Amino acid sequence: MKWLRNISIAMLGTVFLASLFAGTLAPAPYAKQFRDEPDAPPTRQHWLGTDDLGRDRYSRVLHGTRISLLLAPAAAFLAALLAGALGGLAGYLGGWTERCLMATADLVLSLPWLFLLLAVRALMPLNVAPMESVMITFLILGCLGWAAGARVVCAGASAMRDSDFALQAQALGCSQVRLLWRHMAPNLRPLLLAQFWISVPVFILAEANLGILGLGVSEPLPSWGSLLREMEGLTAVSGKPWVLVPLLLLMVSVTAFQVLLTEQETLA
Amino acid sequence: MRLRAAILFALLLWTKVAVAQGGGQLRFCLRSDPKTFDPALVDDDASERIRYMTGGFLLRVNRLTQDLEPALATSWKLSKDGRTISFQLREGIYFSDGTPFTAADVAYTMQRLMDPAMHSPTGDAFRSGDGKLLTQTIGTSKISITFPVPVASLDSKFDQVAIVSAKSPKKEMAVLGPFYVADYKAGAYLQLNRNPNYWKRDEQGRSLPYLDSIRLDIQQNRDAEMLRFLRGEIDLIDTVDAEYFNRAQTEQAGSAHDAGVSLDPEQLWFNQTAKSPIPDYKRTWFRSTNFRVAIWQALNRDDMARLVFRGRAHAAVGMLSPADKFWFNASLRTRPYDPQGALKLLAKDGFQQRNGQLFDHDGHLVEFSLATAAGSKARERMAAMMQEDLSKIGIKLNIVALDFPSLIERITRTFDYEACLLGLTNMTLGPDAQMNVWLSSADNHQWNPSQKQPETAWEAEIDRLMKAQASNLDAKKRKVAFDRVQQIAWEQAPFIYLVNRDALSAVSTKLRNVQPAVIQPYVYWNIDQISRTAESAAK
Repeated sequence: MKWLRNISIAMLGTVFLASLFAGTLAPAPYAKQFRDEPDAPPTRQHWLGTDDLGRDRYSRVLHGTRISLLLAPAAAFLAALLAGALGGLAGYLGGWTERCLMATADLVLSLPWLFLLLAVRALMPLNVAPMESVMITFLILGCLGWAAGARVVCAGASAMRDSDFALQAQALGCSQVRLLWRHMAPNLRPLLLAQFWISVPVFILAEANLGILGLGVSEPLPSWGSLLREMEGLTAVSGKPWVLVPLLLLMVSVTAFQVLLTEQETLA
Repeated sequence: MRLRAAILFALLLWTKVAVAQGGGQLRFCLRSDPKTFDPALVDDDASERIRYMTGGFLLRVNRLTQDLEPALATSWKLSKDGRTISFQLREGIYFSDGTPFTAADVAYTMQRLMDPAMHSPTGDAFRSGDGKLLTQTIGTSKISITFPVPVASLDSKFDQVAIVSAKSPKKEMAVLGPFYVADYKAGAYLQLNRNPNYWKRDEQGRSLPYLDSIRLDIQQNRDAEMLRFLRGEIDLIDTVDAEYFNRAQTEQAGSAHDAGVSLDPEQLWFNQTAKSPIPDYKRTWFRSTNFRVAIWQALNRDDMARLVFRGRAHAAVGMLSPADKFWFNASLRTRPYDPQGALKLLAKDGFQQRNGQLFDHDGHLVEFSLATAAGSKARERMAAMMQEDLSKIGIKLNIVALDFPSLIERITRTFDYEACLLGLTNMTLGPDAQMNVWLSSADNHQWNPSQKQPETAWEAEIDRLMKAQASNLDAKKRKVAFDRVQQIAWEQAPFIYLVNRDALSAVSTKLRNVQPAVIQPYVYWNIDQISRTAESAAK
């Protein structure tokens, strides 16, 4: 299935590059309201038409893709990092440390994350710029998404602690820090990578869900979530297939991530 | 030949009656389950709608003319001191279960409403001072009710009082309105059947209501509601959003009704509360009349009405909508969109524009956050437009969508917000419902609630005028006082009124006698006179 992997990489690469150069490729600023052309169909000036407020949809899709595609991996990286640190420590030290950290992970997992996100977001300061608000949203996602990964990493680290190579290293006088960093961490890397790849589409969808509830990235910044929200309602989509582009991009990207994840798991 | 003519005549007569009366079932949706069937405890929209269709009232506000009309009472008289109201009641009327209607039922209803243990929201409207309510019945068809203190607009408040039986074993389920609750399955549907004992008759002397029953499906999803309407599964949608309105208009000619500007405003206000945890320099901005009026002038509200509400709204004039025919102060004018005028006003307070950004006289960049309820597409759109409009005069606006409980927590308890955008639904006309907003001591005095003493001269003047109009029984004098309140509110701009939505509804062309109004319920305010065409009733 190498061809499928290559197609996925090509698709993700194209979407990623297009979003990276959004500033150059976008024909208009994403927040500019052409109030005399609201809800317009595709034209030469507006390739994907305009939204209710006359904002260029193509520019918004490009900038929205940039935000979702850059920040979801960043949040996934943070979650994987936390999962590696806490799960690795719990698995390596065992005993009370493991029990306490895994109990905390269970607690985080048992909480309804959406309500947790709403509660945490409601406690944040109100007067923040849109870009700061998007960072906060993804930071919260990253900080709350470590628990499932930590359990997996803990199990892996626990198995490694009692393995022959760890015992031999200890017998040769290897310090605990060196053992953890030089011997165990490289062996945990495939697990962490898998956790990272699993988290990316989850966070993209989480942001989209928050956006649909109106609680994601704040105006005027676009994201896939806020763009998907425009499809809400009977009248939003009928006779206007071009408004489905963000949905198509989300589906393509999440599918490509899943394909790469499967490949990664096979390799691991 | 004569026989054929007679048959034809009889057939024509039958058809005419059938067209006029219709019979059959009316179907529409409620957006939530009613919390109660007890008319004294109604506090939510669904229960209010059920009360409207099942309740018998002494007096009713005609939603079309906005006049108070007799219903179960044939006449009424107010005492000069404004404490006593006397009713002459109709005779020979029965509740839906056959229990006779007498003055004792009115006395029972009023005592029940005013019982503090009942915590009746309807009763609260009559409660303007301490003391006991006195009721005096004279025979079975006369009653006088005396309140401990004068009550302004006493008679019009009876529009909300559904009479319950003192003697019926069915208690509040025995009704005097056109329909009674026949069946209810929580979360699914509610069936109202025709009250065979309903007192009202049409001009030809036929018993009302024309309809046999009403089926109300509990349906929260507005998309599903509109789809069902377009498929002909339901007959009306009482309140339609602008985007759905256009679709109904396109797909079913003649079914979409715009009754004109409604009573409902969209408004924003700044947090002026002294104990709020916002920087002092921002509080100083928010407390400046020039600043607030400048913001009002800098917002292109015509564009908001055109883009956000698809042209089905109007730039608001002030605290009352022109839809309130009697109480609206007609001398007020809509503030025009004027960014240059806004900058001139701001300059008076020492604000200056540098490199396209606005700074106050101490050099602080003018930036504030606007909180609104998440999930309301229209309000988020309005906020985005405000963001662009204000950026033209150098103000940076940050939009924050919060879940509703968090928003309420901030605007009523912690006061941890800077500006807020919300909409109101006005169910009643005139100043009575405005008391709990405009008195400086009121909890709902949103920009600076629960003041021990009015903190500004204009708030003190509003307090004085609102109290004066509330205790005055002369409608003209009350209007003069309330006109002045509207004038002050317009000048001081504690609320910045953005737009008034239009009263939009969708009604099947198979219904007769539908006359959409601008006071809720928009469509079925004359439910007892609405009928189906003969063909649709037969189906």
